[in-house]
Amino acid sequence: MAAADELAFHEFEEASNLLAETPDAVTTSGSGQLTPQGHVAVAVDSGGSYGAEEEVEESDKTALLQEKQQPGFWTFGYYQSFFDVDTCQVLDRIKGSLLPRPGHNFVRHRLRNRPDLYGPFWICATLAFVLAVTGNLTLVLAQRRDPSIHYSPQFHKVTVAGVTIYCYVWLVPLALWGFLRWRKRVRERVGPYTFLETVCVYGYSLFVFIPTVVLWLIPVPWLQWLFGALALALSAASLVFTLWPVVREDTRLVAAVLLSTVVLLHALLATGCKFYFFQPLPLEPLAPPPQATSLPLNLLPPPTPRSQVT
Amino acid sequence: MRSHIREFDSSTLNESVQNTIMRDLKAVGKKFMHVLYPRKSNTLLRDWDLWGPLILCVTLALMLQRSSVDSEKDGGPQFAEVFVIVWFGAVTITLNSKLLGGNISFFQSLCVLGYCILPLTVAMLVCRLVLLAEQGPINFMVRLFVVIVMFTWSIVASTAFLADSQPPNRKALAIYPVFLFYFVISWMILTFTPQ
Repeated sequence: MAAADELAFHEFEEASNLLAETPDAVTTSGSGQLTPQGHVAVAVDSGGSYGAEEEVEESDKTALLQEKQQPGFWTFGYYQSFFDVDTCQVLDRIKGSLLPRPGHNFVRHRLRNRPDLYGPFWICATLAFVLAVTGNLTLVLAQRRDPSIHYSPQFHKVTVAGVTIYCYVWLVPLALWGFLRWRKRVRERVGPYTFLETVCVYGYSLFVFIPTVVLWLIPVPWLQWLFGALALALSAASLVFTLWPVVREDTRLVAAVLLSTVVLLHALLATGCKFYFFQPLPLEPLAPPPQATSLPLNLLPPPTPRSQVT
Repeated sequence: MRSHIREFDSSTLNESVQNTIMRDLKAVGKKFMHVLYPRKSNTLLRDWDLWGPLILCVTLALMLQRSSVDSEKDGGPQFAEVFVIVWFGAVTITLNSKLLGGNISFFQSLCVLGYCILPLTVAMLVCRLVLLAEQGPINFMVRLFVVIVMFTWSIVASTAFLADSQPPNRKALAIYPVFLFYFVISWMILTFTPQ
């Protein structure tokens, strides 16, 4: 009912005039409303006769495919166009990011130039919560080994995880997109990706970290590093294969620097998360992030070594 | 905060306060029953109200409070955090389902999501009672079992009400955030330790 209140009064007059002119007209319901019978919704940026409105709606559908004419960014329909995916499409895109292949460009083959915001948003949310939850679980496991460790729910880590991941998925693609557009004049054949396509690629490439983070519960250090390296390789490969067609025509130096920066930032995110959320066992509660290898055992010989408090 | 189904609104102005409160309480209680025994019915959707979710959210946030002996940084969720998570989470899920093309209104969806926190609030009560006994692995197993059962109950209840409003090929996309939402709340309940 909220959208009905947003429509200005003169538009209702227009709608009733339209209904009076064409008594057999089909009324369409507004997006996302339980509408009672006879409710006419007029799109905010449509005007003129009912025929024109029908054409606008028709062309809105085709416009999504041809990218000619889009509803204004102040309308709800604009944002709905970014969530225009089905379950099978989302699953397909996730599979595409998990199995990157050298010839296959994620944007052209999987997205087919129709990026969505559902995948990146909910993959980031899931990753943030899974990081916080499994990080907390490792603390529980650590406490069982070493009862002197103080357990606490560490709820603030959810905030940290969420902010970090969302910033990464929005700011890094922004920088990348800006850089690629700046270098556009050097390239002739392949145009740059749109900002949303870049965000989409980054968002879906983070999916492989979700099972990795769960597997990091296994308290075997070399196995954790193995899983981490594997996930990083898959994720970075997906990004590199997607970006390669675009930077291929640039000078070698720029291409090399760009791709290595992308991979480096990705690696930084992965190792940062590993160190912040998964402090290895055993652990002194207020120590700074310790090394992964065990520290010298120059104290009493207990079953588990203790780290030095600096 | 009630939907407009009465024709003569002014007639309720003259009744006694007790009548008004009892009527609202009965409506809230009726919806609680619908959540506890979920069937496909329209009651929650037709006469939505936000009193129930508010009562449940405040109860849950109060019960999740710890004593402030611990340092602020390392502790469990504070009252404001629980509140923000529940309401922002519900708003985000509602926006998500509307953006995916669902035909449910904003407040109806908030109402359903809020009322379906009832099983988890019951789980919190049970956990607090169980924690009065001695700590140990059995204690933890009991709490885990109760939380898992109530989590499943919440999901089943909210799916029964919300699933029909989504286009058929996007149902899973709309239900997954609900699953994540109740999972986070269950996690907060399970990790609660009263020190």
